[in-house]
Amino acid sequence: MSSNAEIERRIGNDYQAGFVTNIESDTLAPGLDEDVVRFISAKKGEPEWLTEWRLKAFRAWQEMVEPDWAHVTYPKPDFQALSYYSAPKSMADKPKSLDEVDPELLATYEKLGIPLHEQMALAGVAVDAVFDSVSVATTFREKLAEAGVIFMPISEAVHEHPELVKKYLGSVVPQRDNFYAALNSAVFSDGSFVYIPKGVRCPMELSTYFRINEAKTGQFERTLIVADEGSHVSYLEGCTAPMRDENQLHAAVVELVAMDNAEIKYSTVQNWYPGDKEGKGGIYNFVTKRAVAHTNAKVSWTQVETGSAVTWKYPSCILKGDNSVGEFYSVALTNNFQQADTGTKMVHLGKNTRSTIISKGISAGKSQNAYRGLVRMNPNAEGARNYTQCDSLLIGDQCGAHTFPYIESKHPSAVVEHEATTSTVSDDQLFLCRQRGIDTEKAVSMIVNGFCKEVFKELPMEFAVEAGKLLEVSLEGSVG
Amino acid sequence: MISIKNLHANVEDKQILKGLNLEIGPGEVHAIMGPNGAGKSTLGNVLSGRDGYEVTEGSVVLNGKDILEMEPEERAREGLFLAFQYPVEIPGVSNLEFLKASVDAVRAHQGKDALDSVQFLKLAREKCKAVNLDASFLKRGVNEGFSGGEKKRNELMQMMLLEPELCILDETDSGLDIDALQVVAEGVNAMRDPKRSFIVVTHYQRLLDYIVPDYVHVLANGRIVKSGGKELALELEEKGYGWLENSDNGAA
Ligand SMILES: Nc1ncnc2c1ncn2[C@@H]1O[C@H](COP(=O)(O)OP(=O)(O)OP(=O)(O)O)[C@@H](O)[C@H]1O
Ligand SMILES: [Mg+2]
Repeated sequence: MSSNAEIERRIGNDYQAGFVTNIESDTLAPGLDEDVVRFISAKKGEPEWLTEWRLKAFRAWQEMVEPDWAHVTYPKPDFQALSYYSAPKSMADKPKSLDEVDPELLATYEKLGIPLHEQMALAGVAVDAVFDSVSVATTFREKLAEAGVIFMPISEAVHEHPELVKKYLGSVVPQRDNFYAALNSAVFSDGSFVYIPKGVRCPMELSTYFRINEAKTGQFERTLIVADEGSHVSYLEGCTAPMRDENQLHAAVVELVAMDNAEIKYSTVQNWYPGDKEGKGGIYNFVTKRAVAHTNAKVSWTQVETGSAVTWKYPSCILKGDNSVGEFYSVALTNNFQQADTGTKMVHLGKNTRSTIISKGISAGKSQNAYRGLVRMNPNAEGARNYTQCDSLLIGDQCGAHTFPYIESKHPSAVVEHEATTSTVSDDQLFLCRQRGIDTEKAVSMIVNGFCKEVFKELPMEFAVEAGKLLEVSLEGSVG
Repeated sequence: MISIKNLHANVEDKQILKGLNLEIGPGEVHAIMGPNGAGKSTLGNVLSGRDGYEVTEGSVVLNGKDILEMEPEERAREGLFLAFQYPVEIPGVSNLEFLKASVDAVRAHQGKDALDSVQFLKLAREKCKAVNLDASFLKRGVNEGFSGGEKKRNELMQMMLLEPELCILDETDSGLDIDALQVVAEGVNAMRDPKRSFIVVTHYQRLLDYIVPDYVHVLANGRIVKSGGKELALELEEKGYGWLENSDNGAA
């Protein structure tokens, strides 16, 4: 057996978050029209303005066509065959505390390694747990409130902080921004809302854990983070879903606002179900993430993308204020039949704005992995700088890596640097490892981890270890 | 130690080893010389189990165990070490991390606990010093950007760390400057032990002035065509290989 075949045998799929939670859910019948939009809004008891806001988005969406410029191919989802709202029955009368939450739900998160009881929780990390269309629990809310930090499901923030939500919702990603953003704006279910007041350094890591459970549903989460002047926050999101044969849709919108001198660090560990070895099932992950950075502000996106059947995602920065900084650190791993088209947009509006893009794409199996990035220097972006480094690693000879960098520079003093490399995990490298007693799995994971080092060091420490393990699992097969 | 009998091996359906016999006892140093393309590196690759090298006949027994059925990593853990003629680079994986994984794997196989990072670093630094490599090489990617000679010394350093029972050195001397040649020879000599054996593949008699072999063999056309003591190397230096071609005597 050639060692390529050997690698392929070993890098099967071992998705560990693939279980289903057996609970009764209130799931809306499949289909999408204005009544469904109204239903979701009513279910959440939303004020009139928000219902109208959703309807406006829905009407815009109806006029739009699904984009097809990404380097991915998949059967187009039938939007009328999906259910747009599903919530555990037990969540119907809003549990007041964790003791009232269905133990089955708590057990689900425990099994995923996210205990929601504060005394058992990872020290220093507050968690908002979103299950299908609703938030199940948010930990450490009181402790955060003492610092003036607001961290709650967006569905609650609509009621408790309507002025903030109204001001910022859609301010970074407008309703009609793109096909999936419009769909999300119409039917978004839950997600997290974060507000850090002026000058406050958020005392804990904030994180949201998204779980899709119910079959034939879509998850449309909406996250909004506002860091007021001079504040600082580090936020992490994680995602998993059961193994199901049909494809499921996840279309999220994330908006970040970093006011003057503020800093937001946003990390993602995306591990949606990728489908099986034959490419059956898996999540369609179509996400719009964008940040606006005001004067001297800094926004840093770090993502580790290992899951999903199809990923379409470009966390971006609008560097609006002078001296603002945008960063994008990405590891995207595809295996089997997974497809990823991911990257970033750095739009330099202000003077002396700076951006850094480090993208590491790993392709294995029969997968396709594309980096797509835009760096735009606008006419006022005097002295702006970008550095892009884009590396691809191929494992085996049946996968593909692609790079689509777009550079638009409208200011003569702006500097854009771009470097790209493609390498493979060679038979010779593996043989060197094995000759030294290191087995193939360990060797592949060591080589891949080495390749990703620059990105992992940007993750909060607790999660860097987890991300390394996740890569290992995503690459490993059933061979122990 | 190792007993190689009637070994036939193919590479891409081409027969390269054609009935090779070699017996190596514990503590012995055997030098293998022979013309380019004779099959010397192939022998090292076959013994260490590299993919693509197909054994069609014969047997290889290491310390009483048939190793031909073992995976390369198992053979390594059983104490077989191959210092490569052309060591490959693994960018991004630090030499230290690589060495630790290697030593941990071998120790685990021997039922020993893994060394802690501090102990290991200390040990690795010692070995670097022994082969005259700066400790900064531990931080660099495996062989990444190393010069030819540095790569060879790095191989030797790994051999010292792993303390294997059978060391196969494939032209570890080629590309070394005179000082490095001595460093390598001293390293090998320091490792000579009644329980450890060496196969030293070389084209140059001069290495054998430093590492004095117990036996010298000539590998030509996939077989050992002549064996003798260290004086055979001198004879070869003088006469070349022409006079031996097609001769089939003297297999060890
Ligand atoms: N992977 C391979 N594919 C095709 N032919 C190979 C391969 N490996 C070895 N060979 C062939 O096998 C023969 C023996 O090669 P080998 O490398 O063992 O020679 P060698 O004795 O080590 O020579 P040198 O002294 O030049 O290092 C050569 O003809 C070589 O071309
Ligand atoms: Mg050779």
